[in-house]
Amino acid sequence: MSEQTITVDIWRGKEEGGFQTFQVPRLASQTVLDIVTYVQRNLDPGLSYRFACRVGVCGSCAMTVNGKPRWTCRTHVDKVAPETGSGGKLTIQPLKNLPVIRDLAVDMTEFFEKWTRAGGQFVPTKTRNDDFAEVSPNDPARKQASAGIECINCGVCYSACDTVAWLGDYLGPAALNRAWTLVNDARDGGQKARLQAVGGSSGCQSCHSHQSCHELCPKHLNPTASIAGLKRATVKAALKGDI
Amino acid sequence: MASARAEILEWFVQRVTGAILAVCVLVHLAVIVYAVQGGVTSKEIVGRVGGSVPWLVFYSVFVVAVALHAPAGLRNILREHTSLGRRQTHWIMAAVCLVILWMGFRAVIGLYGLGA
Repeated sequence: MSEQTITVDIWRGKEEGGFQTFQVPRLASQTVLDIVTYVQRNLDPGLSYRFACRVGVCGSCAMTVNGKPRWTCRTHVDKVAPETGSGGKLTIQPLKNLPVIRDLAVDMTEFFEKWTRAGGQFVPTKTRNDDFAEVSPNDPARKQASAGIECINCGVCYSACDTVAWLGDYLGPAALNRAWTLVNDARDGGQKARLQAVGGSSGCQSCHSHQSCHELCPKHLNPTASIAGLKRATVKAALKGDI
Repeated sequence: MASARAEILEWFVQRVTGAILAVCVLVHLAVIVYAVQGGVTSKEIVGRVGGSVPWLVFYSVFVVAVALHAPAGLRNILREHTSLGRRQTHWIMAAVCLVILWMGFRAVIGLYGLGA
């Protein structure tokens, strides 16, 4: 039986570079990360890319697949490049909106710096000697926090965001979503500084609600809704004179 | 971070004026459609609207809302699609606001004066 193959164009280089075409055996239940790994192990050991867990937990393998940012370890080739339709061709590029280190690996420094700038750290109000805080899972604020808490920081939303592309200092969906989970955390004591950090023209007020982050988030989170919550919270605080 | 509050409030003002404009535009368009269907002439329209304090107030609110709403939106477009920073757009915003106020009130007061 002849082996079925898929044509894969992979970005090589940094910001300047070009595509290199490979023929990769097409297998059942194959993921895009499987394809990239096959190329690196069998066709070109010099190919640079990043991955760790391979099961959708670590958030390190995101790339641009056929024009859209995706977590490659959980993206099936059959889904993004069915044998009929797009001709079964794959185009794999590094994430957009982040500097390219080489080939498919991007520099995430700016992404995590913005996460920090948005007040993404939990600010405790109790010590280890205090009792556990009692937080009901049915508390409305806790529900808001829980809705956004499963972010794996893969950078898909950041790469998909038009506002990030237009405004270099915009904090981006992941950082703002993280801030929103903490704004709704009754145990946190850093709210004033956080609302100040996420408000204004480089923060939540610049979001256009295009919802690309929501559409493409592999964890099906809704950063646009979190940002809308931050818009309300920052306006309320600004009107009160708290920030 | 002193400017964060100003930026947040600017966004809020733009949203509030946007809501006001939605109503103003609908009323304005409804009046135009009503007036045209009734077959009234421009002279008759001036006769009814000119000198009317309620219409003077309505169109004054309309002009102020535009003068606050449009420059904030224009600033966002300039920041996103040019290399101009926020500080550099202050003067452009202020100038656009003043031009809208001048043109708008010139028309509003002129219309009011025609019927007074």
